[in-house]
Amino acid sequence: MTERETMTFDVLIVGGGPSGLAAAIRLKQLLPDLAVCLVEKGSEIGAHIVSGAVIDPHALGELLPDWRDRDSPLTTPVTDEDMYYLTQNRAFRVPALGLLMPHLANHGNFVISLGDFCRWLAAQAEQLGVEIYPGFAAADVLIEEGRVAGVLTGDMGITRAGEEGPNYAPGMELRATYTLFAEGCRGSLTKTLMARYALREGADPQTYGLGIKEVWEIPADRHRPGHVVHSFGWPLDDHTYGGAWLYHFGRNLVSYGFVTGLAYSNPWLSPYDEMQRTKLHPLFRPIFEGGRRLIYGARALSEGGLQSIPRLTFPGGALVGDAAGFLNTPKIKGTHTAMKSGMLAAEAIADALAGKEAEPVSYTARFRSSWLHEELHGARNIRPAFAKWGTRRGALYAGFDAALLRGRAPWTLHFTHGDNEALAPAASSPKPAYPKPDGKITFDKLSSVFLSNTNHEEDQPVHLRLRDPDLWRPVNWDRFRAPESRYCPAGVYEVADAETEPRLVINAQNCVHCKTCDIKDPDQNIDWRTPEGGGGPNYPGGM
Amino acid sequence: MKILVPIKRVVDYNVKVRVKMDGSGVDLTGVKMSMNPFDEIAVEEAIRLREKGAATEVVVVSVGVAQAADTLRTAMAMGADRAILVQSEESPEPLAVAKILKALVTRESPDLVILGKQAIDDDMNATGQMLAGLLDWPQATFASKIEKTGDGIEVTREVDGGSETLALALPAVVTADLRLNEPRYASLPNIMKAKKKPLETLQAADLGVDMGRRLTVVSVAEPPGRKAGVKVGSAAELVEKLRNEAKVI
Repeated sequence: MTERETMTFDVLIVGGGPSGLAAAIRLKQLLPDLAVCLVEKGSEIGAHIVSGAVIDPHALGELLPDWRDRDSPLTTPVTDEDMYYLTQNRAFRVPALGLLMPHLANHGNFVISLGDFCRWLAAQAEQLGVEIYPGFAAADVLIEEGRVAGVLTGDMGITRAGEEGPNYAPGMELRATYTLFAEGCRGSLTKTLMARYALREGADPQTYGLGIKEVWEIPADRHRPGHVVHSFGWPLDDHTYGGAWLYHFGRNLVSYGFVTGLAYSNPWLSPYDEMQRTKLHPLFRPIFEGGRRLIYGARALSEGGLQSIPRLTFPGGALVGDAAGFLNTPKIKGTHTAMKSGMLAAEAIADALAGKEAEPVSYTARFRSSWLHEELHGARNIRPAFAKWGTRRGALYAGFDAALLRGRAPWTLHFTHGDNEALAPAASSPKPAYPKPDGKITFDKLSSVFLSNTNHEEDQPVHLRLRDPDLWRPVNWDRFRAPESRYCPAGVYEVADAETEPRLVINAQNCVHCKTCDIKDPDQNIDWRTPEGGGGPNYPGGM
Repeated sequence: MKILVPIKRVVDYNVKVRVKMDGSGVDLTGVKMSMNPFDEIAVEEAIRLREKGAATEVVVVSVGVAQAADTLRTAMAMGADRAILVQSEESPEPLAVAKILKALVTRESPDLVILGKQAIDDDMNATGQMLAGLLDWPQATFASKIEKTGDGIEVTREVDGGSETLALALPAVVTADLRLNEPRYASLPNIMKAKKKPLETLQAADLGVDMGRRLTVVSVAEPPGRKAGVKVGSAAELVEKLRNEAKVI
């Protein structure tokens, strides 16, 4: 066995998104002498961050009350917003949005690049003395005597065949009294922790969405900074949750994207193509004409809300942010909830340090008595109503629940199954007819992946593996005709020799770390593990 | 032997660059910047020479904006001993950089300067040669191997016909090619240590170098997009198209 170097901290944070960075800042505010280390698998902070994003500055105001004086990237306030129900050729604006969907009121919110926001948060954290190390992936959890003792960072320089290459550098043991897992939706270590400590016991199954995003530069005469548009309905059928967003921000930039609920049942559905074809709708098309696409990316998100949040703590640490599933789906926002969860966990760690407790248990109680719980509790029935009754009736229920009951319904709706169990057989499912990309407004997958700047050192073990390779043919191919080749937004999965002897080809180098395959694979046979640190997308500023 | 390694902060090699709407240059806002890959090879080689006992100190230097300090820290995390940042405006021209390096050579008196053969942003491939000219030192460009001999070095360089080995007296200038080595990963403890290594900051004006621009960028454009292909029905049609449309046979 290789001798590993060890470094020890008071608190270790895995993941440099809004929850991990907010936790780091709060910890140093409470206990300035604490040794706090944050590792991030992306090549820099922000490199793996994808979000709309409209941010509610509630949590930020609590964390850094003087954020307005800190040259923050919150520069585009939301000016006006519209929600549309789409049919193929028409768009119906939802009237009196503030009344019917009060959770959507965006007054006081900002359109931002979440990547830029994280870069800025990281600078605030570093000023307080947080040690931030991008390019280092936490590959395994260290568990000793039932307690999480830190993580192992991934080995570097292992060849494709699994041997030590010429510039091999073994991973390190990063040890800490408490470790916070802020990996975002479907974190690979979070997954191990959920199994090891049975954290999901008593919680509803998590349900997810896949967000696919493009950033465009559009002609100035069409740019309306602060204008926010959402749509639902077409092109998805009534039983598939999802819709598009379009936000004008910055200098002639538009953030456009599409979320497809991963509980969809038609294995022929392609979230990528739904995203592309929605741009051709008369509501959106004129905005893109004459513009140019700059960035492309994708990321899964947790949509389940309160019912799907697992137990948050275990001996030696806790889950924060979307790793735990704090997103407020009806509000279409998760940054403020992620940040708040990180802050609450940081406060709980301060409690635990004072009492020398193994588990930061006060996190759960702090959460229950916070505005975060109240907010998620008020929103809890909306997403499951869509799951239960479909889009149109779900939307009616949402209006009823939010506008009349004000989220105080005496009942709670539940999710009954995981997204991986939702697929119907391919033979009995209709094939959608997706238009061919025109190269101007719509594009093929590979030219899109190119704009994510993704790269993985070529000579390394494949980070996406089938637990049982023999299962692919009878399940993925015979029953569902390889849905992974359609739901993967990066073209990682391809079927070769489909006519003769079909087999799965995994182009792991294309991966943009969205985690959809880990979620949606029918038998949970695809296992997403961290590749070498620094690999994956390199989303630039503006994403 | 003391080695000076000049490094440049450039757009990361993974980033697909795009031209600004007005065609005045490449859009650098919010783009990830990293050490020029050829310079990384140069740093690695200098560290290896020191590890082999052929050198005693590796000093890295960068000419550029304040953030180039991060790039210098990366080089020190790899193993360089100390760093000098000469602050100037964005992307100074090769001749100005070479003049600054000459001034630093006079101050630091290294025995060897190893540079990357070219930077991946402008692909000028000029600074090393200009520096050797200004110093009137021997130079070996496109090195794929550097060996310390008695009181000089032997450099294998890649040329069109194969490889060529030169013997140089020191002090000398060498520029690194791709096959010289494979740079190491900076480890976490070394990144931490690098934060405490000395980094001196100078202003270009302090060195009395004229940074004035001698080159004018006329325009920058993206290469034309690839046209859609066509499927031909037969070999005869292919020959016909190659002859009459593509006019290549």
